[in-house]
Amino acid sequence: MSVRHALLALLSEGPKYGLQLREEFEARTGEVWPLNVGQVYTTLQRLERDGLVEALGEAGADDEGGPQKAYRITVAGSEELTHWLRVPPDLTSPPRDELVMKVLVSVRVPGTDVHEVIQVHRRYLVQLMQEWTRLKEEEADADLAFALVVDAELFRLDSVVRWLDAAEGRLRRAEADGWPPPRKLPVSMPVLQRRRRIGAS
Amino acid sequence: MSVLELRSISKVYGRGAAEVQALRDVSMTVEAGSMVAVMGPSGSGKSSLLTIAGTLEEPTSGAVLVSGQDVARMSGGAKARLRRRTVGYVFQDFNLLPGLTAAENVSLPLELDGMSARRAHLAGLAALEDLGLADHAWRFPDQLSGGERQRVAIARAVVGERKLLLADEPSGALDSANGEAVMRLIHAYCKQGTAAVVVTHDAQLASWADRVVFLRDGRVVDQTVPPAGPESLLEQPS
Repeated sequence: MSVRHALLALLSEGPKYGLQLREEFEARTGEVWPLNVGQVYTTLQRLERDGLVEALGEAGADDEGGPQKAYRITVAGSEELTHWLRVPPDLTSPPRDELVMKVLVSVRVPGTDVHEVIQVHRRYLVQLMQEWTRLKEEEADADLAFALVVDAELFRLDSVVRWLDAAEGRLRRAEADGWPPPRKLPVSMPVLQRRRRIGAS
Repeated sequence: MSVLELRSISKVYGRGAAEVQALRDVSMTVEAGSMVAVMGPSGSGKSSLLTIAGTLEEPTSGAVLVSGQDVARMSGGAKARLRRRTVGYVFQDFNLLPGLTAAENVSLPLELDGMSARRAHLAGLAALEDLGLADHAWRFPDQLSGGERQRVAIARAVVGERKLLLADEPSGALDSANGEAVMRLIHAYCKQGTAAVVVTHDAQLASWADRVVFLRDGRVVDQTVPPAGPESLLEQPS
């Protein structure tokens, strides 16, 4: 989550104070990602250092009686924002996904039923989805930003459930074909050999 | 009292080498006002479970109780009445009669049940109005979009204050916005006291249910526990 660019986006509408930025950030993201005011000021200072925003001078006091500054976006800031919106996030290399690891590992741990492991995770994910769906049912109509965030989360969790379904189907087909074959070599041998080959090249 | 109770249901199709065990010792109860999703891959027994729950098919062993009554002990006539009055079905492909208007599709079950054509018609219109389809009452199914057709099918399934709604992949043929609208409607009916069983392989659909039962190879292998409440999602780890 780029707080930096979210603040630039809010400032693209006009000059704003730090506290105001925090409130608007939380409102625009459906209040799913809370932000403390310290984070806002630290980020503003860095943006100012990089020439992407500029302070408009002191004008009033915040809740704790500290000075409050208003900020406005610079031309360089607007350019940076326009650029950032169109740069795809880096999705080229697969993330080291903990759930994928657990399923891969459970296939190799003697005495472990991989289907049972898959079901534990599937149930957990569906329960989470039930909670998000409840939230959507109760609140999403009132708040577009919130509905967008909830949809994103539901599709993300759904994709994980689908992967578990596909993994289970693949394992069942492999089992029907006689997998796993009886093994005599230590389990880790093929992995080690492959890594050595990759390292040697 | 539960609206639907399945007690140790097993279902076997075919014999000898061709024997297929579709359901094995499945038990579940669905209370009034609650929606249960049955989730499983194709071939897991979902559709068999639904047709047995809806008394369209008989189990090989076990008992089906609807509103506390054992279906196996009912006469043919009583079972037919139960299907017309108490149980509503929603299918993936809508199953509307193409030669009838939306209003006629919805009022037909009431007329078949002996209601006067006029009363059935008014009840049908009211059900369509509830689903925002009052303007479409005179259209034929092929003049409606997929989402509209499924809403007509839901109106047909709930008209006449039925107690049990059974749905087989009810939004399987719809895009995600229409699919969500369909699930929202079914859940809204449940909140008014209807019991529903929705079978699906889709986790997003299943997540509308109060409880999700997981079926594998004809067996119930797991189910969700009631959620802690949506507030827990917004509590940030400190």
